[in-house]
Amino acid sequence: MDLDTIQRAMFDAVRQPLTASEGMRQRTKDGRSLRKVADEIIKPNDRLSSFERLEIYNRQYWFRILSALGEDFPGLRAIIGNRRFGKLAIAYLSDCPSHSFTLRNLGSRLEQWLRAHSEYLADVEELALDTVRLEWAEIEAFDEAAKPRMTADDMSSGGDDPKFELQPHVRLLDLRYAVDDFVISVRRREEEVDIVSNAVMERATRSRVRRPALPKPERIFLAVHRSDNSVYFKRLDREAFAVLCALRDGKSLSEAVDAADWSGRSIEQASAEVQAWFAYWAAQGWFCKTA
Amino acid sequence: MPANRFNGFTEYGVGIGLRIPHYNHILEKKPVVDWFEIISENFMVDGGRPLHVLDQILEQYRVVQHGVSMYFGSVEPLNREHLRRLKALVRRTNTPWLSDHLCWGSVDGTYSHDLLPMPYTFEAAAKTAQKICEARDFLEVPVVVENVSSYAEFHASEMTEWEFLNEVVERADCGILLDVNNIYVSSRNHSFDPLQYVNSVPHERIAQIHIAGHSKFQKYILDTHDHPVIDPVWKLYERAIERIGPTATLLEWDDHIPSFDEVHGEALKANRYVREKVMA
Repeated sequence: MDLDTIQRAMFDAVRQPLTASEGMRQRTKDGRSLRKVADEIIKPNDRLSSFERLEIYNRQYWFRILSALGEDFPGLRAIIGNRRFGKLAIAYLSDCPSHSFTLRNLGSRLEQWLRAHSEYLADVEELALDTVRLEWAEIEAFDEAAKPRMTADDMSSGGDDPKFELQPHVRLLDLRYAVDDFVISVRRREEEVDIVSNAVMERATRSRVRRPALPKPERIFLAVHRSDNSVYFKRLDREAFAVLCALRDGKSLSEAVDAADWSGRSIEQASAEVQAWFAYWAAQGWFCKTA
Repeated sequence: MPANRFNGFTEYGVGIGLRIPHYNHILEKKPVVDWFEIISENFMVDGGRPLHVLDQILEQYRVVQHGVSMYFGSVEPLNREHLRRLKALVRRTNTPWLSDHLCWGSVDGTYSHDLLPMPYTFEAAAKTAQKICEARDFLEVPVVVENVSSYAEFHASEMTEWEFLNEVVERADCGILLDVNNIYVSSRNHSFDPLQYVNSVPHERIAQIHIAGHSKFQKYILDTHDHPVIDPVWKLYERAIERIGPTATLLEWDDHIPSFDEVHGEALKANRYVREKVMA
């Protein structure tokens, strides 16, 4: 048996979802015997059958990726509960296994997948999706690049209708629930962990802590950004959000300002607000030097 | 043979893995540590706290990179994006050598995030060695490979694990990161003599040694890096040092991580074997 055949057979077996008792299945979904696969490629020893030896890797695979996904999305876990989260995570990771050398990207397709599998979210779909969007934005904001900040000189030399480039770590979210406070309260209960060893001894057990109250529907506009190497959530006015989104999408200053709805404000009021926002955003370093 | 071409002709002493729970202690107390080993993948990012902390560490300490997902043994080609990011990190850390595991872990671009064992065949040795050479040529730094703990053996194997290791490193002309805990774990899981393993590896190629703890189960041992080093592993370390001479040594402790002082103290126990060797 050549190397490619062995690796494909073992990898397919290792990725098979575990049984309810966290053991390796006897058969794959399409009816193939995993005992036969194990017997064909793996030697037994005086203590373990081929199946049991392969099962060690099958368990480690799932324990590691389920633990990593759970650490990345504690808010979603808190909303739907550990049991439902476990089922969701197994289904998601079966459909969307890791295509990255780092576990950091494990949840990159979760929002998209959930939109096509709303059955896992039942009566909390919008809240759960908002939470997933925020938690993924937090992961991205944590270690995305920070380019050199735009200086006052840069701003003044940008011409009559300059463009402003947002820092790569700034994420803008239009949310139907105020999940920012909720995620913060959930995150405070989580510990920082980095997984680097060759083995996961057992599936991470989640202690039963009281879940924070779920947020009620409330549309909010949020910037997720990094400052001094910490990630922050900043609520924005609807109009400020519209301006920032337009700038992010490459619009000029005048186009971005026009993108917002200024009804009910005088030109002077709108102008003062825009100036105050830009002063704040510049102070936070949200704009970077353009190429 | 402490300094050789596989570890950049360095003479590093006893180091420990750089881990998040110890960041504040290290940055505030600035303890004396010979060197730190970092998990490369944890720092192959574009910005933020990981790189900020790393840069502070680099101002004070020597750092060596250790990877967990190059998968030299996977049939598929090396991941170019991985290599590009790794090279950027190599330039940042100025690591004198870079290690990853003699294992596989991906198929068709899907990652297991585990260190899966190799079938010990000549075909596997040839393909693995070729990828090690490709990585070394791209990264422009000595690449060394670490023996992994394993829980399964393949019918297809044509040689012992240490013969396979020797075959790969000779073909690739690369160094070895000898993990004596992994040798012990695999020896118990596969019923071989760990001393024979230590005695059989080409000592002139050993760039670094790993020591660690593990967890015992009823029918097998798991490499968990969450306990102190046990005496039989120290015995293997002692034998390795007898053969090689004082060599850069690193204690891995990755789960249930105790205080910095406890981890560092456990690592420094290695010095007693090094001293005995020097005195002898």
